[in-house]
Amino acid sequence: MKKISGSSLSRRQFLASTAVSILFTSTSGSLARSFSGQLPWSPFAGDPPTPVRPGPWLFFTHDEAQTIEAIVDRIIPADDLSIGGKDAGCAVFIDRQLAGFFGNFERLYMKGPFAKGFPQQGLQSPILPTQRYRAGLAALDDYCRTTFSGRAFSALALPEQDKVLQELENGSIDLDDADTKTFFELVLQNTMEGFFADPIYGGNKDMVSWKMIGFPGARYDYRDFVGNHNQPYPLPPVSIMGRGDWGGKG
Amino acid sequence: MARKLPRKDVVIVGLGWTGSILANELTDEGLDVVAIERGPWRNTATDFNVGYMQDELRYAIRKDLFLRPAQSTLTFRNNVEQEALPIREFGSFLPGNGVGGAGVHWNGQTWRFLPSDFRCRSHLSERYGEKFIPDELTIQDWGVTYEEMEPYYDKFEYLAGVSGKAGNINGKRQDGGNPFEGARARDYPLPPLDMTYGPKLFAEGAREAGYHPFPQPAANASRSYTNTLGVEMGACSYCGFCERFGCANYSKASPQTTILPVLMRKPNFECRTNSEVVRINLDRSGKRATGVTYVDAQGQEWEQPGDLVLVCAFILFNVHMLLVSGIGKPYDPKTATGTVGRNYTYQTYAGVEMFFDNKNFNPFIATGAIGQCIDDFNGDNFDHSGLDFVGGAGIMCASTNARPIATRPTPPGTPRWGSTWKKATTDNYLSSLYLNAQGGSYATRGNYLDLDPTYKDRLGRPLLRMTFDFPDNDIRMISYVTRKAEEIAKVMTPRQIVPHYRTKPYSVVPYQSTHNIGGAIMGSDPKTSVVNKYLQSWDVPNVFVIGASAFPQNAGYNPTDTVGALAYKAADAIRNLYLKNEGPLVPA
Ligand SMILES: Cc1cc2nc3c(=O)[nH]c(=O)nc-3n(C[C@H](O)[C@H](O)[C@H](O)COP(=O)(O)OP(=O)(O)OC[C@H]3O[C@@H](n4cnc5c(N)ncnc54)[C@H](O)[C@@H]3O)c2cc1C
Ligand code: SF4
Repeated sequence: MKKISGSSLSRRQFLASTAVSILFTSTSGSLARSFSGQLPWSPFAGDPPTPVRPGPWLFFTHDEAQTIEAIVDRIIPADDLSIGGKDAGCAVFIDRQLAGFFGNFERLYMKGPFAKGFPQQGLQSPILPTQRYRAGLAALDDYCRTTFSGRAFSALALPEQDKVLQELENGSIDLDDADTKTFFELVLQNTMEGFFADPIYGGNKDMVSWKMIGFPGARYDYRDFVGNHNQPYPLPPVSIMGRGDWGGKG
Repeated sequence: MARKLPRKDVVIVGLGWTGSILANELTDEGLDVVAIERGPWRNTATDFNVGYMQDELRYAIRKDLFLRPAQSTLTFRNNVEQEALPIREFGSFLPGNGVGGAGVHWNGQTWRFLPSDFRCRSHLSERYGEKFIPDELTIQDWGVTYEEMEPYYDKFEYLAGVSGKAGNINGKRQDGGNPFEGARARDYPLPPLDMTYGPKLFAEGAREAGYHPFPQPAANASRSYTNTLGVEMGACSYCGFCERFGCANYSKASPQTTILPVLMRKPNFECRTNSEVVRINLDRSGKRATGVTYVDAQGQEWEQPGDLVLVCAFILFNVHMLLVSGIGKPYDPKTATGTVGRNYTYQTYAGVEMFFDNKNFNPFIATGAIGQCIDDFNGDNFDHSGLDFVGGAGIMCASTNARPIATRPTPPGTPRWGSTWKKATTDNYLSSLYLNAQGGSYATRGNYLDLDPTYKDRLGRPLLRMTFDFPDNDIRMISYVTRKAEEIAKVMTPRQIVPHYRTKPYSVVPYQSTHNIGGAIMGSDPKTSVVNKYLQSWDVPNVFVIGASAFPQNAGYNPTDTVGALAYKAADAIRNLYLKNEGPLVPA
């Protein structure tokens, strides 16, 4: 191979002149690129998250929004530990997640054929989160109207709502047209995500969940505290967006 | 039609940990090297930005930096009776994608294997007799000894700036280190990380129970460090966003923080990103690779000729690449013939959860590899006579994070929502601990990798098919070690102890580890191995297959120190043997 190394000199000279080049022109966002001769770096490059803005629902209809707000407010009820899931923004969080790449499982392998499989083979359904919410929320309200003389889920008394959610969880209600248990697990998962994720995604208002449990959030340097065994961490949490009392949006 | 590019001396498939090591070594040799990487370019300032890296939803839950199944995945079943179905969402393991590979978002737990691990079958036969080894196991020797590996382990650890405490330097026991480890030539390049409260309590408990605790070796720099290539790393800040995240502090060893700043400046190196290699091309004889074919992000196919092809694509994709390229004979479990895909193994985990009163562990103060461990029940460090299994597990208290979407321990029986759930979550978040038992994984005839007959990737190639369940031997092993962990937990006097035993079947849903192992294993016999002791293909000698694909079975440790050492060992063989005399380095 040594013999080829000699002839590769001209290649090297060629390469040195093309430190970073887009190999092939295209309009696609993720271009194939060639890098050589230096560490590529461009100022201000980065891929920060887009903060969720308040405003109209992006995915939910008015009725769906009412139902999901009622659900998240029972999953995370207001009590002396924290505000409820609705005020914390969990429904807004779910709405924005469903409107983004999560809603249609854009990153997952969704090619057929689809088969039921064993639980240990994981997700096998072709149904997307957006479809699951649409069908599940409608079926839940139908069920409630039939069972509770015309009242939708959000119109039930709080103990009635809790009872319905428990029955969804343990599978004793079977919603037509919706895989009840999978629907409930998805809502539970997304509600918890919204409550505990960085507030930048629309939930966890004012870092309420982090204050509740004692998680300092986006702080990145604990060197001064490693040795303080069994002592409370003294500083309040911060979000990727900072803190309210910094003057920004916390 | 593929467009043909000018020839290179060396073509590397994948620019993760092993690809970076090989590229740097072979460019030092003056060779003209191209690395072709299926994912994007990634660097610290842009992609692991301190302004927004600490985002659990994006990186840990939505898995932003990982390989997306839409691009590539595999199918899975527990045994040949079942129909394999695609892993539509990665769970149990999370392969990397992009420059740096899984080296970007690993934890940095950096372990050497035990000397006896490399002579697995011989060692057990010598100590207990051949019959002692359960029939189901197809474990074998590596064809390389710990002593041969030592200089390469040293090389990787000094590249990565590993923080730790030696237990054995040139045969002399060192206080505070692992008394069971093989002899090392010198101590770790950096002292251990400062200990948090949880691991400290565990170490006290373990010592009281008569065991030998020591700090876990960590590729999270405990001090600032200038590595062997002159690259500077910063001190770890115990940020708690390590595994699944890139490090914004230049503290976690990765190709980005240890190699790329040097490699990228070399004019005889080129990296092409967003370009997925679809196969290795062979000449008419089938005994010589002529280069690779890859597809770029725009769907254009390119042929890259090269004299030497290094497969550095991570174990699963290493095996896949051999199978789709027709290199070596695929393993058939019915006849137990063929080698490619044989001896696929994993890592066997169990653990013990502890809930305390009146303790505050500040569990968010954490690094990927901080912790205290005992090795008293790992490998063959304890006498197995009278026991019904071989192998073992490390026990460790290594709380790597307390990110709250995923980590909110509550005692069993707690509801999963509502006010009672909220109270239990708040009461236990700061005051619970977890002991991990990280066990080896031994090969069987029925666990293997091959090509799926039904499902295809986005480029139309068959997906890799994984057939795997935990061997009964490994379940017995991990149950035994979990009971030992429970005993240590008792010494630590928590309010409540909750053991989590490992049971069959293996599931691809909950995360366990990205320690996939085997399938292109090394050895001294071409009938039972895919590559020789230099990781050179027996069938196509100008192809080397680098990674954990080469381990004949797994030990009770994380793989990457051994992966890095094998990469250096292969590089050394290419530089000093292969280039002088291209062809098989070991006669078949
Ligand atoms: C979450 C996580 C935690 C981990 N923690 C630890 C730990 O604490 N300790 C430890 O020892 N190990 C750990 N590991 C494992 C460790 O990351 C791997 O052992 C190591 O990165 C393997 O190096 P590699 O070069 O074989 O693969 P990688 O570093 O993954 O590199 C392979 C590269 O090849 C590319 N590639 C694959 N196929 C193709 C193709 N067809 N064409 C072009 N490019 C391709 C990939 O995109 C990737 O960039 C962890 C892994 C993960 C994911
Ligand atoms: S824990 Fe340390 S090494 Fe890991 S990402 Fe944070 S600063 Fe980096």
